[in-house]
Amino acid sequence: MSRYNRQIILSEIGQEGQDRISRAKVLVIGAGGLGCPVLQYLAAAGIGTLGIVDFDVVEESNLQRQILFGVSSLGQNKALAAKSRLLDLNPTIHIETYTDKFDEYNSLQLLRDYDIVVDCTDNFETRYIINDASVIESKPVVYGAIYKFEGQVSVFNFENGPSYRCLFPSLPEKETIPNCSEIGVLGVLSGIIGTMQANEVLKIVLKFKGVLSGELLCYNARSAEIQILKFSKSKSEIERITKKSSLVLEGGRSSGPSMSKNEISFRDLKDIDTVQLVDVREPNEEPKIQNYMGLTVPFRELESRLDEISRDRTVILFCQHGLRSKKAVNLLRKHNIINTLSLREGAYGLIKLNKIDDDG
Amino acid sequence: MELQIKYYGMLAEISQCDEELLNFDGTTGADLLHFLIQKYPSFATKDIKVAQYNQIMDLGNKITSSEIALLPPFSGG
Repeated sequence: MSRYNRQIILSEIGQEGQDRISRAKVLVIGAGGLGCPVLQYLAAAGIGTLGIVDFDVVEESNLQRQILFGVSSLGQNKALAAKSRLLDLNPTIHIETYTDKFDEYNSLQLLRDYDIVVDCTDNFETRYIINDASVIESKPVVYGAIYKFEGQVSVFNFENGPSYRCLFPSLPEKETIPNCSEIGVLGVLSGIIGTMQANEVLKIVLKFKGVLSGELLCYNARSAEIQILKFSKSKSEIERITKKSSLVLEGGRSSGPSMSKNEISFRDLKDIDTVQLVDVREPNEEPKIQNYMGLTVPFRELESRLDEISRDRTVILFCQHGLRSKKAVNLLRKHNIINTLSLREGAYGLIKLNKIDDDG
Repeated sequence: MELQIKYYGMLAEISQCDEELLNFDGTTGADLLHFLIQKYPSFATKDIKVAQYNQIMDLGNKITSSEIALLPPFSGG
């Protein structure tokens, strides 16, 4: 087949390497700034099965770096929009899409059918869930993360190598580290880091030496400097993860690996009629919730509108992705409004809940 | 001893430089972090790894290299 000729004629790859590539099954979690270049190169190289997990929809502000999408993808789910673009690029591969949020309930199940996991998410919480689930399921994780003009790449859990927790043992307690939508990012940086992740995936598939296991590659886009820092495996951290495997397997609700006490999942929202719902998004933000009966108080107005917040009902705050609403919970608690929780899945969680109710 | 300290990510924003030369009187990685928190109090709220000889070190170990890198976790994607 002429499609793969340029890589097959590399003596280090050959037809045997190409066969490995076409047998490989790779799960890419997050089809955003990192996920797009990862998916694009892996699909082009002919990775036989690609899984794409993303619950989010394409917005105009994504187009500056999320190169699989165009104007015609706006409003579409990212996993589905990515699939249709990738099948045009390479119709010979198989693509599975998952439009739910990757969480502690579905993580093990999703990982099981794949050989390699690529972490292209944009938040610490999901990164720790990916790490723990991959340790339990013994899957290598190709990790990439960015901050402004800098990026990090590593491969965790490769042939019993160190995991993310061996480097950073626990989820940062406070929301001390802002994400791209709050702080900004240069589009090419996610392209560079995502492409490095795709390269690590191919190195693993092709059984090349020099996989970035136990090594954290740090790249600075302004100085063009790369520093590779070595780190060791921590047996106690790995044991901590494997010990709690049963909790995750049973979908252990509030005892899950990373659900903190100021959050609730839409799955646990039983008596929605007895709580006060507060939308802390700006009025123009999508998606809109149909038949919404709760309050709308944009986060920036919250402190001046405290008298509207219920003191005797549980207050459930939500925003787009559960970050601002978490800050809102902290703010309300500072003002002694204690019985408040942030809806973890944000507005999308409420929409799902409405769907479940409609379906009976 | 004089240390050349390199800061990654938001640590460089707090220190307002990518690298700097500092005189350090302590012994271990933990001493160094403690020393830097005096200089940059908001380092105290960050999860910081210290590396010497391109190796992330146990904070209890002695600093023997004159070139040190400090890095926080990144989450963006």
